Amino acid sequence: MNVVVCVKQIPDPAVPGELTAEHTLKREGKLILDESDSYGVEMALQLVEAAGGGEVVLVSMAPNDEVSGLRTALAMGAARAVLVSDPALAGSDSLSTSKVIAKSIERVGDVDLVLTATESSDGYAGTVPGQVAALLGWPALTFAKHVETGDGKVKIQRQTEAGYDTVEASLPAVVSVTAGVVEPRYPSFKGIMAAKNKPVDAVTAADLGLGADQVGWAGARQEITNVEAAPARQAGEKVEDDGTAHERVVEFLENLKVI
Amino acid sequence: MSISKVWVHVEAAGGKVTSSTLELLTEARKLGATLEGVYAGDDAATVAAQAGEHGATKLYHVDPGEMLPGVAAATAMAGLVDAESPDLVLFSQSYDGRDAASLLSVKLDRPTLTNGLALAVDGDSVTVGTAIFGGMTLVDTKFTGPGPHLVAIRPKSFAAESAGGGAAEVVEVGSVDAGRAGEALVLDRFAEEQTGPKLEEAEIVVSGGRGLGDEANYKTLVEELAKLLKGAFGASRAIVDSGWVPYALQVGQTGKTVKPKVYIAIGISGATQHLVGMKNSDNIIAINKDSEAPIFSVADLGIVGDCKKVVPALIEAIKAKTA
Ligand SMILES: Cc1cc2nc3c(=O)[nH]c(=O)nc-3n(C[C@H](O)[C@H](O)[C@@H](O)COP(=O)(O)OP(=O)(O)OC[C@H]3O[C@@H](n4cnc5c(N)ncnc54)[C@H](O)[C@@H]3O)c2cc1C
Ligand SMILES: Cc1cc2nc3c(=O)[nH]c(=O)nc-3n(C[C@H](O)[C@H](O)[C@H](O)COP(=O)(O)OP(=O)(O)OC[C@H]3O[C@@H](n4cnc5c(N)ncnc54)[C@H](O)[C@@H]3O)c2cc1C
Repeated sequence: MNVVVCVKQIPDPAVPGELTAEHTLKREGKLILDESDSYGVEMALQLVEAAGGGEVVLVSMAPNDEVSGLRTALAMGAARAVLVSDPALAGSDSLSTSKVIAKSIERVGDVDLVLTATESSDGYAGTVPGQVAALLGWPALTFAKHVETGDGKVKIQRQTEAGYDTVEASLPAVVSVTAGVVEPRYPSFKGIMAAKNKPVDAVTAADLGLGADQVGWAGARQEITNVEAAPARQAGEKVEDDGTAHERVVEFLENLKVI
Repeated sequence: MSISKVWVHVEAAGGKVTSSTLELLTEARKLGATLEGVYAGDDAATVAAQAGEHGATKLYHVDPGEMLPGVAAATAMAGLVDAESPDLVLFSQSYDGRDAASLLSVKLDRPTLTNGLALAVDGDSVTVGTAIFGGMTLVDTKFTGPGPHLVAIRPKSFAAESAGGGAAEVVEVGSVDAGRAGEALVLDRFAEEQTGPKLEEAEIVVSGGRGLGDEANYKTLVEELAKLLKGAFGASRAIVDSGWVPYALQVGQTGKTVKPKVYIAIGISGATQHLVGMKNSDNIIAINKDSEAPIFSVADLGIVGDCKKVVPALIEAIKAKTA
């Protein structure tokens, strides 16, 4: 079974984000593998192993030929990657991004399953999985907290408000996995060394047959009209506990008439 | 030119329209356009009554069969768009809402704006307000292409209010052919036992974080206090990721947004990604042993102390009061 994992390479979430003059996210520094996608990579490795053969291929769209995040995922055990990097893609919205990803998956070829996270850590639009599936014409099984494959089918436990639904479809299909679905492995030293020589197929939008009107700012068909700091909430009273602070909480709740 | 028709993707569970759908209907009816709902699921008549009460005049009803409801709804919408020409379609930023918005976006080749917190319509231009960087920065984005414009709004962005209207007229769409998208079938539904009010609907929410120390303390401190106050219990991502509590309890950027009358944060540091999910609560109480914890910057009442001492004392004191 061949599995594609969509992996986003993002600025380190621990570093405060900044916007460019064009109101896009600054992505100049080194980018890292989005932790949310490390679950997809691990899941793919486990599914391919359980299926007794096949390949895990990564697909990523990122600026400046960024490969740092891809190398992390290759070190975990993925076989190869397709990297789409092209100045024409700046300003792409999630639909344009999905067009790029869907075309890349078609370029990979013989694919049974595509895994994504439910949402990325930096943009968190949360629509790419469904859009990629729709563009490929495949079923989307979203918000999976458990995934299994067999007999040409994929079966998931889909997170719901009340618990979960069991959802099944025949392959090929797209599955978005929630954080925590599996425990991502740490790349071994051997894995890190091997990753350096694994193939990364670098392509542009034009290589994928996408015109300039379908991607980037033109494809997004949206414009940022205002950016401002959110109003801050005022801090109130602060009490150091001397063994009686709970009484102040009781009083506070009584004033609000909730007890 | 102005907007003349708005559709809302209607969701319901157990015969009850979800609160986020009612919020969308309430906000949408202020736009003064024709307001209609599209719904995939059971109990169409009950759903039409509630949607009508909140301002919808029509409810397109799709029978999803075993299909995922979002897929069925989006397929029906795509089939109706040419004849009905909605200018704006609103979805909840929910599981099914996201499925529906994504699929419709591709079917119509239209962009989506998601995680919306505010909506502004001026003539025929639609602007969506979102928050980025963990809620620190607000961004307005306007659609520049042709409609229908597709927008997903985070729950609790608007208040739900009844308009006192009669039931919406049910227009039966029947079942739809979604092609391979419709091959994802729901075989079985599993509902965890739910005690007490829902997290998003509770008047009081008690949430716990890593400062609780261990999983057992979540039960004895957070759940216990929440039950005593007839509230719901929530969590920071740190303890969801540690597996102490299920994801459904997570409050914040990648979890739920809550807006209760009182939010009590126990052993939660107050990272921006947590604050964005709770800082619009009416009143916030924080209990944290670190007087510099960022949670105190949004707390109306901050207790600097050990939660393993303060919370048991608080529970005893409330029990004594209410006994
Ligand atoms: C703060 C912010 C808000 C934005 N809001 C919107 C919006 O409302 N509407 C809109 O159309 N665009 C929006 N954008 C732009 C949009 O996020 C990106 O253009 C697009 O890449 C979608 O990314 P996402 O991370 O939001 O996708 P999501 O749908 O959240 O991504 C889900 C998963 O899809 C896969 N994936 C996503 N992007 C890539 C990639 N580049 N390479 C490989 N795999 C990928 C990953 O597995 C990811 O976890 C926003 C960008 C930012 C920074
Ligand atoms: C993309 C992204 C999305 C995220 N989404 C979310 C989200 O949706 N929700 C969310 O919550 N987080 C989210 N996070 C994670 C967030 O950044 C924080 O890591 C998380 O909220 C921390 O959880 P915590 O406050 O429980 O733990 P910590 O930050 O470890 O804080 C524990 C606190 O407990 C206090 N403490 C310790 N012992 C005691 C004691 N005995 N008594 C009282 N206090 C004590 C400490 O002083 C400390 O302040 C996200 C992060 C990223 C990068």
